[in-house]
Amino acid sequence: MNFFKRTIPMIIAFVMGLLMAFQYYVPHESSQNLLKVVTRWGMIISGFAMFIGAYSLFHMHWNRIRQKVSGWGYSIFVFIGAGITIIFGLLNGGEFFWNDKQAGTMFDWIFDNVQVPAGATIFSILAFFMASAAYRTFRARNKEATILLIAAIIVMLGRVPIGTMISQYIPVVADWIMSVPNLAAKRAILIGVSIGVIATSIKIIFGIERAYLGGGD
Amino acid sequence: MIKLFITFVFSILILSCTSTAFAMGGGKSEFQAFDTPNDSGKSITLRWPSSPGESDHVEYVVYASTTKNGPFETEALRIKSNDMYEEGSDSSYHLAVVETDKLFNKEASDNGSSIEYFFKLVKVSNLDSTSIGVIASATPKGNWFNSSRLNNFIILIIFSILTLCCIKHAKKVPGLFIRKIKGLDAIDDALGRATEMGKPALFVHGLNDMDSISTIAAINILGRIALRVAEYDTPLKVSNIYPIVLSVSQEVVKESYLEAGRPDAYVEDNVFLAASEQFPYVVALSGIMTREKPAANFFVGYFYAESLILSETGAATGAIQIAATDAFTQLPFFITTCDYTLMGEELYAASAYLSREPLLLGSLRAQDIIKGVLIGVIIFGAILATCGVDFISSIFRPG
Repeated sequence: MNFFKRTIPMIIAFVMGLLMAFQYYVPHESSQNLLKVVTRWGMIISGFAMFIGAYSLFHMHWNRIRQKVSGWGYSIFVFIGAGITIIFGLLNGGEFFWNDKQAGTMFDWIFDNVQVPAGATIFSILAFFMASAAYRTFRARNKEATILLIAAIIVMLGRVPIGTMISQYIPVVADWIMSVPNLAAKRAILIGVSIGVIATSIKIIFGIERAYLGGGD
Repeated sequence: MIKLFITFVFSILILSCTSTAFAMGGGKSEFQAFDTPNDSGKSITLRWPSSPGESDHVEYVVYASTTKNGPFETEALRIKSNDMYEEGSDSSYHLAVVETDKLFNKEASDNGSSIEYFFKLVKVSNLDSTSIGVIASATPKGNWFNSSRLNNFIILIIFSILTLCCIKHAKKVPGLFIRKIKGLDAIDDALGRATEMGKPALFVHGLNDMDSISTIAAINILGRIALRVAEYDTPLKVSNIYPIVLSVSQEVVKESYLEAGRPDAYVEDNVFLAASEQFPYVVALSGIMTREKPAANFFVGYFYAESLILSETGAATGAIQIAATDAFTQLPFFITTCDYTLMGEELYAASAYLSREPLLLGSLRAQDIIKGVLIGVIIFGAILATCGVDFISSIFRPG
């Protein structure tokens, strides 16, 4: 059992990890074909995994309704929403799902007039959250917070016309903050991340990191 | 082994240099066609000298044929005469890449690399057409190594060897020092608090699928957290946005419960697919945070605009929040709203830190050595660049 749950996945991770790492350096057509095949496999697996996802979603919400847990009423809307969308998706504007997707169907209407505005509404809340988070952060409680507060004020003023009206140097200082200390910090984080990514990849390829297989080691 | 590696690297160096030299041809000449270096063998590069005083009204047209005598009827390229100059030639040469597999019918293309393509350059103005160059020919060939990525390859090999050496060393010398990471030390406190309060802990995956290394790192951390949670007998809720991440997470959590000797405590519905889109995911999780009030929230992986909405909602519920992300654009939001934030590389160090396994800790030492070397190179390179020598930047030029 351990052979199937541990050894085989580790062998697959080793072979595919090395193969795909070297694929990056080989521009030959056979290497490009390999990449295409592997990408296609990934898409096929993702397609099948959608069923697992749908099962998980419906199973969880069905249990919430059955057990009448807190907020179980919202779970009914999952079934109503999913049911209506699936029905119109399968109907495909009268052409049914085995034909190419039709344009301007009820399915598209639901997407354009329900999902997109609902998503935009949630996205717009971000502005209010940003204001409250900024209020908490910009209180000059210590040295670092004070530096942050001053830098933020300069950058904000440098991005709007009133900044130039106050002083012509504010936009210049704002640009300097963004292109020198800010960029340097960003690059430092990126270099650290890249090194971490390579180290993690090596650990997975050589079977040193096995936590992703579950349990201990 | 080391000799073999050195021989291998030098062979690649020599091959890449010679192939580029042969491909480019030497000296200044007229219309040239040559196999595009470092490609899959489906393109030919054309190069010809520019004429002074070129304007928008004059065009260069290149016709292609598979025989030397033509007919040259297939148009392979059409550019304005003041466009597509060769980089570094000070606008004295035009350089263009022609994709040969799109030139002729499928039968001709399928023969692939064995075909010799002939090209004829014609200069077209409003008044007339003038053939300005001799016919040039080339056969496209696929390359087995991209020499422009040689620097990247060498750095990767050196880093890989260094990492493996450090891991080997760590196996011999256990008890490697590792600096304290407060965010990771706080995981135990957060789980302890959840246990005392009798409330669940919520683990939120980022918005990248399983092909992202940050998601794999998140799965590694999840495995460690699930093991502790199983020991504490605290419910752990894991939200996912991708079905593959869901399947892997379910398996990892299940195995961790099994490892802790508590397979009965594992609840399949606690590892769930919250939604498959960004903002529905945010809404589903905000609802869970508001209704169930988890005592500890873990945001691990790569996040986008949803980071602040999630963490601010969690902060409003009074949960201990620990974030770990390599998305530097979202770091300010997490730092503002979470109690602890693991920045960038700390996400990748978490698994080693939590497990304290010598083998995994060894890789952290390799990361630190590489960082030290890079800092030295950056300082040295900055000094050289200030003096007008761009040697270091040419070594690290991306391919």
